[in-house]
Amino acid sequence: MADTTSITALAIPDHAKESDGVWGFTRAQLVALGVLVAFLVVSPFVLYPVFLMKLLCFALFACAFNLLIGYVGLLSFGHAAYFGMGGYLAGHAAKAWGLTPEVSIIIGGATAGLLGVVAGWIAIRRQGIYFAMITLALAQMVYFFCVQAPFTGGEDGIQAIPRGSFLGLFPLDQDMAMYWMVAGIFLLGFLLIHRIIHSPYGQVLKSIRENEPRATSLGYRTDDYKLMAFILSATLAGVAGATKSIVFGIATLTDVHWSMSGEVVLMTLVGGLGTVFGPVVGAAVIVTMQNYLAEMGAWVTVIQGVIFVACVLAFRRGLIGELGALLKVKL
Amino acid sequence: MDDIFGIPAPLLFGQLLLGLINGAFYAMLSLGLAVIFGLLNIVNMAHGAQFMMGAFCAWMLLAWAGIGYWWALILSPIIIGFTGIVLEKLFISKLYKLDHLYGLLLTFGLALIIEGVFRNEFGSSGLPYRIPPELSGAWDLGFMFMPIYRGWVVVAALILCLATWLIIEKTRLGAYLRAATENAALVQAFGVNVPRMVTLTYGFGVALAAIGGVLAAPIYSVNPQMGSNLIIVVFAVVVIGGMGSILGSILTGFALGIVEGLTKVFWPEASATVIFVIMAIVLLARPAGLFGRA
Amino acid sequence: MSLNRREMLAAGAATALGGLPRARAQGGQVIRLGVLTDMSGPYRDTTGPGSVVLTQQAVQDFGSRGFQVEVLQADHQNKPDVGANIARQWFDQGIDAVVDLPTSSVALAVNQIAREKNKVHLNSGAATSDLTGAQCSPNTVHWTYDTYMLAKSTGAAIVKTGGDSWFFITADYAFGHALERDTSNFVRSAGGRVLGNVRYPFPATTDFSAFLLQAQASRAKVLGFANASTDTVNCIKGAREFGLQRSMKFAALLMGIVDVKSLGLEAGQGLNLTEAFYWDLNDRTRALTERVRAKNEGRPPAMVPAGCYGAVLHYLKAVADMGVPAAKASGVEAVNRMKAMPADDDAFGASTIRPDGRCIHPAYLFEVKAPGESRNPWDLYKLAATTPGEEAFRPLAEGGCPLVRS
Repeated sequence: MADTTSITALAIPDHAKESDGVWGFTRAQLVALGVLVAFLVVSPFVLYPVFLMKLLCFALFACAFNLLIGYVGLLSFGHAAYFGMGGYLAGHAAKAWGLTPEVSIIIGGATAGLLGVVAGWIAIRRQGIYFAMITLALAQMVYFFCVQAPFTGGEDGIQAIPRGSFLGLFPLDQDMAMYWMVAGIFLLGFLLIHRIIHSPYGQVLKSIRENEPRATSLGYRTDDYKLMAFILSATLAGVAGATKSIVFGIATLTDVHWSMSGEVVLMTLVGGLGTVFGPVVGAAVIVTMQNYLAEMGAWVTVIQGVIFVACVLAFRRGLIGELGALLKVKL
Repeated sequence: MDDIFGIPAPLLFGQLLLGLINGAFYAMLSLGLAVIFGLLNIVNMAHGAQFMMGAFCAWMLLAWAGIGYWWALILSPIIIGFTGIVLEKLFISKLYKLDHLYGLLLTFGLALIIEGVFRNEFGSSGLPYRIPPELSGAWDLGFMFMPIYRGWVVVAALILCLATWLIIEKTRLGAYLRAATENAALVQAFGVNVPRMVTLTYGFGVALAAIGGVLAAPIYSVNPQMGSNLIIVVFAVVVIGGMGSILGSILTGFALGIVEGLTKVFWPEASATVIFVIMAIVLLARPAGLFGRA
Repeated sequence: MSLNRREMLAAGAATALGGLPRARAQGGQVIRLGVLTDMSGPYRDTTGPGSVVLTQQAVQDFGSRGFQVEVLQADHQNKPDVGANIARQWFDQGIDAVVDLPTSSVALAVNQIAREKNKVHLNSGAATSDLTGAQCSPNTVHWTYDTYMLAKSTGAAIVKTGGDSWFFITADYAFGHALERDTSNFVRSAGGRVLGNVRYPFPATTDFSAFLLQAQASRAKVLGFANASTDTVNCIKGAREFGLQRSMKFAALLMGIVDVKSLGLEAGQGLNLTEAFYWDLNDRTRALTERVRAKNEGRPPAMVPAGCYGAVLHYLKAVADMGVPAAKASGVEAVNRMKAMPADDDAFGASTIRPDGRCIHPAYLFEVKAPGESRNPWDLYKLAATTPGEEAFRPLAEGGCPLVRS
């Protein structure tokens, strides 16, 4: 109903009045960051490293997605395009051109960023649900391109991508060596996003989300700010996809399909839109669920659907948002 | 034989006609989306799943109850429309006071559930559904062979679209509807039961999708993913036409069907992407869509 | 209830959640098989639960020969990373062989892992001929079919029956291109001509009528569909509607019994297609069908599950021959033993496995029956031609498999 006055905005925590602690983290967030780092260090000795690497790739992907929805209020339904494209280019660079993994990942991220320039330039002309539909349609175009393009290997994908050696010096064939590199990339990406949000640029983004006409009237070219956020988000999603393809040695159509776009929305929603740590927790929940529900067959999609519905109806702040509300802190 | 751009004219006419048939499905689906969006402000991501349910419902009626095509054409939209009403009452109605994106997320979740359940129940390879005997066969139009059923699809879609447009633009009920779209609180104050109207509108939009499904059942494979492939294209159609306009969505649907049909002749490999390219161009030139209000 | 103990064991293991085989006192005397297949996606009906049932049937038919066999199952959701993850964890937890692996991208990913961990990969469901070509592995047996075989059997055999001019409707991606290219080659070398083709965007196309009209205008005698599953079904439905069957014969390059069932005989009659297994082929296939029918939701087995049956049975025979500890210790040795022994089972009859991992057995060209000819709901095919195994598959030297040169 078009009764706009009574509409409640997205359940995104208000970041406007944050006290500046260390690097813009509040005390509660610092504690949470400590827990996260401790988890990164300890977990590979307890849990399966390959599983953890997958989890971290998706966590970074979800954080990149969250940059758009959580801080600019734009819901992209086509983020798989950047994730998958980053994966394809990194895989191609590592396999066909024989480049080292870190260079391949940079190439993957840069390609996704370039794609983000074009897609963002078109998509930011509309907001809300239109933005969602436009990004979905553009991502579908990327998907068709990947099916037909020769270098992606069609439905076979790019297989047997070598992990290579970090900087050409440290071989990554051992899962533990690879893990430390992935953990490093994740942590860098995570802190970068946090830094962006707490910069003056990030403050303008938030003001656009809260009240775009007002930001415009204050003299900000809001479209430029939104486009920049879109490109950053696409680039980081590309880095996540690139890292994933190096870890698994494969880059395939799964990662560009619209269902992947849906999954990253789900991860962020489960963890908590606009929270700092929510996307990480959400990614952990969904990836773990997919792993352990593999025996459930077609019910996996049904369960994902049920989680979507449950989150929207009863649980809009997500796990971390609810936890934060419970403890009366921002996480 | 006359050639047009190197293509024999008969073949070209044939392709135009075929484009019209595809356009009929685009028009029906985008019309349903537009009707729902107009009043509920919700992008119904489950529309593709409901299109699929319409086709499956026709199959079930035939296989389990022996009810044929013509009754299915009436019963299936009623049944599926009713499930839409239930969904609206149970879930969607809880979201009207929230950001519209939640409606999109909720219906996306519903689409996942519906498709998953159907895949568990019926598998993924599809079920057979025959063209009704009255409509099988083909007319020889001279320049091409026109299957009677395909002609019927275009006629049926045109009738449905026009009827919907007339109801909304020319009847009292339609006037309430349009008024509620503008200002629901005011219409409510005049004594119109707006929540019930909203519920019925959603049911009606879903029923339109279901009719599309029944019309599609005899010519396309009836399988759980038949709707999800179509719906993303329909979203692009809707963005091109502009969400608010009923007539706009009908015209855009048919027009884009024809454009796509022509692309299939001149550059088949690009026929999947042409609609998305048009969408990008339209957004750059007219962000609100061809028929939309800025 | 007439379930015997082994069936109950197998069923129990198959439904166990979590996928963690319990450690057992006699450790070395259990062979663990993991059926990794599509339980939720587009290939569910042609592989999926049927592959699990036929794997269990192979275990049962093998009988007890001094060791136990456990069967687990998982859904790879057609995602290579999910499949690779499951396979990795399975291998680390003591699974000895993965079975089925439909979807080429998943099969190729798991192929790498089986090699790395020195386990066994018994593939039935994947179509890519790369598995025994450029990406072949000493740990892999590719049992049932591949794109080369489909093209050879369908292309060459139809030309011999007079269908000497072809038009292709091709899905515009690597799989469609490979099918079209291979089939075109066989058509030409058998003396036929290819009059044209049209490539449509995959997977975005639901309406094929535009392409069908172009095919009709070509005046070719045979219309080849270089695509799969619902696309093929939609193509054939449309072709019949536009009356193409009056001037053309239809050849589906990849189509299975489940697709024909979904198409219906009315629309499918007269269609040519190739399979390596059909339940009503001979007494042995009928006997196998009788044994599994009740467990398989009343349906006869399809080709890919039958391939799982053949591959698993032969693997278990090789294990019995070489001893359980040796088989568990090295996947390469187990596969080598499979290659050294002649295979024989009810689904495929006598067959052999080449050094590149390709299982050699005949390919059958079928014609779909008219509704009047069909005597029961699954009586769908009549045999049109048989290509002997030596001719049906790509010659060993042409595959480019590195194992062959050494």
